[in-house]
Amino acid sequence: MSIIVNKDTKIIVQGLTGKTGTFHTEQALAYYGTQMVAGVHPKKGGTNWTGTVAGEEKSLPIYASVKEAKEATGANASVVYVPPAGAGAAIIEAIEAEIPFIVCITEGIPVADMVKVKARLEKSNSRLLGPNCPGVLTPEECKIGIMPGSIFKKGSVGIVSRSGTLTYEAVFQTTQEGLGQTTAVGIGGDPVKGTEFIDVLDLFLDDPATESIIMIGEIGGSAEEEAAEWLKEQAAKGRKKPMVGFIAGRTAPPGRTMGHAGAVISGGKGGAEDKIAAMEAAGISVSPSPAKLGKTLVELLAKESA
Amino acid sequence: MNIHEYQAKAVLKEYGAPVAEGVAIFTADEAEAAAKSLPGPLWVVKSQIHAGGRGKGKFKELPAESKGGVRLAFNLDEVTSHAKEMLGNTLVTAQTGDAGKVVNRLYIEDGADIDRELYLSLLVDRACGQVAFVASTEGGMDIEEVAHATPEKILTLPIDPIEGVTADKASTLCDTLKLEGEAREDGMKLFPILYKAFVEKDMALLEINPLIVMENGRLRVLDAKVSFDGNALFRHEDIVALRDKTEEDEKEIEASKHDLAYVALDGNIGCMVNGAGLAMATMDIIKLYGAEPANFLDVGGGATTEKVTAAFKIITSDPNVKGILVNIFGGIMRCDVIAEGVLAAVKEVGLQVPLVVRLEGTNVELGKKIINESGLNVIPADDLDDAAQKIVAAVKEAA
Repeated sequence: MSIIVNKDTKIIVQGLTGKTGTFHTEQALAYYGTQMVAGVHPKKGGTNWTGTVAGEEKSLPIYASVKEAKEATGANASVVYVPPAGAGAAIIEAIEAEIPFIVCITEGIPVADMVKVKARLEKSNSRLLGPNCPGVLTPEECKIGIMPGSIFKKGSVGIVSRSGTLTYEAVFQTTQEGLGQTTAVGIGGDPVKGTEFIDVLDLFLDDPATESIIMIGEIGGSAEEEAAEWLKEQAAKGRKKPMVGFIAGRTAPPGRTMGHAGAVISGGKGGAEDKIAAMEAAGISVSPSPAKLGKTLVELLAKESA
Repeated sequence: MNIHEYQAKAVLKEYGAPVAEGVAIFTADEAEAAAKSLPGPLWVVKSQIHAGGRGKGKFKELPAESKGGVRLAFNLDEVTSHAKEMLGNTLVTAQTGDAGKVVNRLYIEDGADIDRELYLSLLVDRACGQVAFVASTEGGMDIEEVAHATPEKILTLPIDPIEGVTADKASTLCDTLKLEGEAREDGMKLFPILYKAFVEKDMALLEINPLIVMENGRLRVLDAKVSFDGNALFRHEDIVALRDKTEEDEKEIEASKHDLAYVALDGNIGCMVNGAGLAMATMDIIKLYGAEPANFLDVGGGATTEKVTAAFKIITSDPNVKGILVNIFGGIMRCDVIAEGVLAAVKEVGLQVPLVVRLEGTNVELGKKIINESGLNVIPADDLDDAAQKIVAAVKEAA
């Protein structure tokens, strides 16, 4: 089992014809035959995209709109690689076409555009992952986004992270420890986004194949504290799995934005120590080092089974 | 991107917000003419730097008993003498750090008779994903202290992007700020104006502290601090033109030219990492092993050889850097591109300090091969832990 995506997920690409879209669509097609079914481009509808997958030419149809692509292919997911200026509108187009699951990889979307997206999203049944995220990957089944498939291994750990490359660290280390992953989800580092920690944790707690969870947060905002509070409530109801956590930015100075638009300690809020304390209070083993996520989890699992 | 107070007020004035008349000056010679063009008989001479706490700030070069960075003047001579004292000197405030900031611009403003000082700001509330007003009757003070001591005195009011600022919402703000009579009428007009300016100009923060009720019962924007969403500057040429580069770190300006996210810090280990989270985690692990990072640097996802070279040059231009740690986990970023960038940079600028390189992810074997065959004195590392220990040890050894 897995969450959100599996071998039956059918994906269209908004922004397929660009360099980034092309590269990552080729990678996805090469990853256990992830079902990338079509591309969308307002001016190139009716043409074909061609790429190279495992040395062979592969082509996908391009449609003029998301709605058309969905009707023609039966797609139930979309991935957005559209550049920042048009990405907000692209997400809204996917919401209006009632795509159930939308992933936006684009980094650098104006916050005001995401405020508009969020308003639409809340009145819809679509789930949005991102923006400014690495996507989602279920090992040996489906890869949406930019995570490197080679470091994954099918297994039992659910991974959720605000940071792209730290997701890879968690994946890499759990693979090295032989645990493997059910699904890895990068929720992205922007202040206004779709899927939050709680949404993903809820799915992992429900998924029977997910035996443990790694949650990676960073400074800024209060999503980690809210997730910790929620986990406590769930534990009280008997919903609980072994969890390891990490918070990036312990050494970041207040008031300076650390790359991600969301990563800033402001107004005395969003600091790492508060987040770590909240997570520990919710029973999460917080690793002091980003290099020890896998080891901390192995030790925790040994303790739990003892 | 931040702008100066006088620029912020000009933007708000365009939208019809009530601000005092004022003139920005760059030399003391301009002070008298500037003051004469205003009604008087009271003037305020305000230092224009990108930092708060100016009023309570102190000038480094002046005796301790001298006045701060915002001064009242009761006649034209005083305006000029203040300008002479302030321009060119270094103002240290609670927000500038010990180094302070040199005052290159002053804003001469018409004085106001203050009855009450209020706090009002707009920002994007990430909890609900909407623009929100923050309002309090406790103006003129550090709002963080108010939030800490008396949180019940602060109202956070999110605005639905489809509805905008409704009359109900504006009324709620008036009630919170205890506005009556003409001040209430002014408030009902002002709140939608500020919201419009915030959204149309893609602001990240609009802070009015204080918003004042004057003795004549009217509202006025007495101070204004505005910063803009860097991701939206592409659609605001007029705002980009307001950028004052003298307020920014030179290395950070150079980094932004190459689309690199760089923040200068105080330590001695330079870091080049891909991804903001991993870059922060790399700083954290350096500290965990007892050393201090010299910077935050995220080369981003789509870096080219040129970009990596630029990043490397920025790191080595910091004289405090005694060692460099390159930590790349390639997803979009290919390890061979990083390796080639590092080599190109080392060839160009030389390598005077220990360099530890940790590569993982897409094309890792090719990347490692390029580094190993280069003949350069690079210390390879297998994982993040190994990399951090090696660079900390190498820097200690060299010292």
